[in-house]
Amino acid sequence: MKLKKRIIQYEAERVVGFADEIRNVPGCEELRSCIQCGTCSGVCPLSTYMDYSPRQIIGMVQSGFKDKALRSHTIWLCASCYSCAVECPRKIRITDIMYELKQRAIQERIYPRRFPIPILAQEFNKMAQTHGRVTENVLAAIMFLKSTWWTAFGMWRLGLGLMRRGRFPLHLESIKRKDELNRMLKTLDKVTIDMLHDERGKGEPARGGGR
Amino acid sequence: MTTYSYFPGCSLKGSGRAYEESLLPVLRALDVELEELDDWNCCGATAYMAVDEVRACVIASRNLALAEKLSHKELLAPCNACYLVLNKTQHYMKESPSVQGAIQKALKAGGLTCKGTQPVRHPLDVIVNTIGLDAIRKRVRRPLTGLKVAPYYGCQIVRPYATFDDQYNPTTMDRLLEALGCTVVPFPLKTRCCGGSLTGTLPEPGLHCSYLILKEALRRQADVIATVCPLCQFNLDSYHDKIAGKWGAVRIPTVYMTQLMGLAFNMNERELGLYRGFIPMKPLPASKPAE
Ligand code: SF4
Ligand code: SF4
Repeated sequence: MKLKKRIIQYEAERVVGFADEIRNVPGCEELRSCIQCGTCSGVCPLSTYMDYSPRQIIGMVQSGFKDKALRSHTIWLCASCYSCAVECPRKIRITDIMYELKQRAIQERIYPRRFPIPILAQEFNKMAQTHGRVTENVLAAIMFLKSTWWTAFGMWRLGLGLMRRGRFPLHLESIKRKDELNRMLKTLDKVTIDMLHDERGKGEPARGGGR
Repeated sequence: MTTYSYFPGCSLKGSGRAYEESLLPVLRALDVELEELDDWNCCGATAYMAVDEVRACVIASRNLALAEKLSHKELLAPCNACYLVLNKTQHYMKESPSVQGAIQKALKAGGLTCKGTQPVRHPLDVIVNTIGLDAIRKRVRRPLTGLKVAPYYGCQIVRPYATFDDQYNPTTMDRLLEALGCTVVPFPLKTRCCGGSLTGTLPEPGLHCSYLILKEALRRQADVIATVCPLCQFNLDSYHDKIAGKWGAVRIPTVYMTQLMGLAFNMNERELGLYRGFIPMKPLPASKPAE
């Protein structure tokens, strides 16, 4: 008989207050009411590829296993299809919790190394911020160069095909009134830093850090 | 003649330009004009949400503010992801005082204002529920009789907000396609995830999602898949080589619903951007143009 793999969690790994921190984020309020029914894992089209199912992730967050949740592949595999969120009997917005966990993982830099998704998210962010618009093919190129550049070689055929069909813009899209957007974002920085001090000031520093 | 404000989004200017190329003439034929927002910016999409949700909402709110400046009643967003992000921003503005506060402060710094109450609508909703199927039927010059279509809606048009249809089994596009004369095949995967941006980042799970949808469409003997989102179209159409290498060939064309409408309206195939797809549609079964 095959032995079933069990995950052992130690009390010492818990970060007290992590669940409350997440619960304070808009959209994540209902976290505590999860009954671990597993509906989310059942409907999730990507759960078979995940290292922990959505139900397990919610359970981890609920009980404060911050490090395990932030290091999981699951949060990056979530494609934001919202199937879980509309089916959850407790109306927990699992997708938004996944977003929040991604943000935490990026902030604390503890995502899997050379994992392309956080890099895509960050580069997207940068491009949208500096140009106001996103030129998809340039974005894809930057992303591949920064993470798994060798796979970029496998993509040349796709790029060529897009080019032949006039779907591969060669100039970088940009908005005209960049200063307007920049002023907005600068102001926001001030606002959110104040908010962070209020809401997250009590949070503990990341453990492990690094990769 | 009705005019809507129009937020195209980045994809419709890049890899998804066939969507815009078909959307504009089709709506014009139905007496609807679009006015593109002046200097709109990227909506933020799902990738932005993963970096900073409040920031994503602020970026999206600039577009809502630009739309409110125009005198039109409603804003049209053809990309499912843009459609969701703009709607979600409005929801957050209502629900969360902290997000609302941040948005208002930021907009003020940019010299803009936004109430966040203008309806954001998807073309599918407008075409079927506002323009109406009768007007469509009247405009059809060349019914697509015999063309078997699998309607694929994608996720974010119906989830998490069921703005105009059911969250798992929407039927709006089914009815539209029937009005064009198509045969709609039963398609239970119509709202299953296409893999989203995973197809580019983690091909194995991402492309498998697309593969399942393509395979099901073939199993249902569809000739073509109809989509309403540029990312869905890209995923279902552009990776056939890779998919064939991994799990076997599942070649079937994927086009925009607006392209099928254009065909039924007897518009020029080239002008509808049909040549931009990787898997070409087979010539339509011979049907005489209606008198
Ligand atoms: S569906 Fe909701 S209640 Fe059930 S396990 Fe998932 S999060 Fe918890
Ligand atoms: S939103 Fe994410 S976690 Fe939820 S069902 Fe979709 S992929 Fe799975």
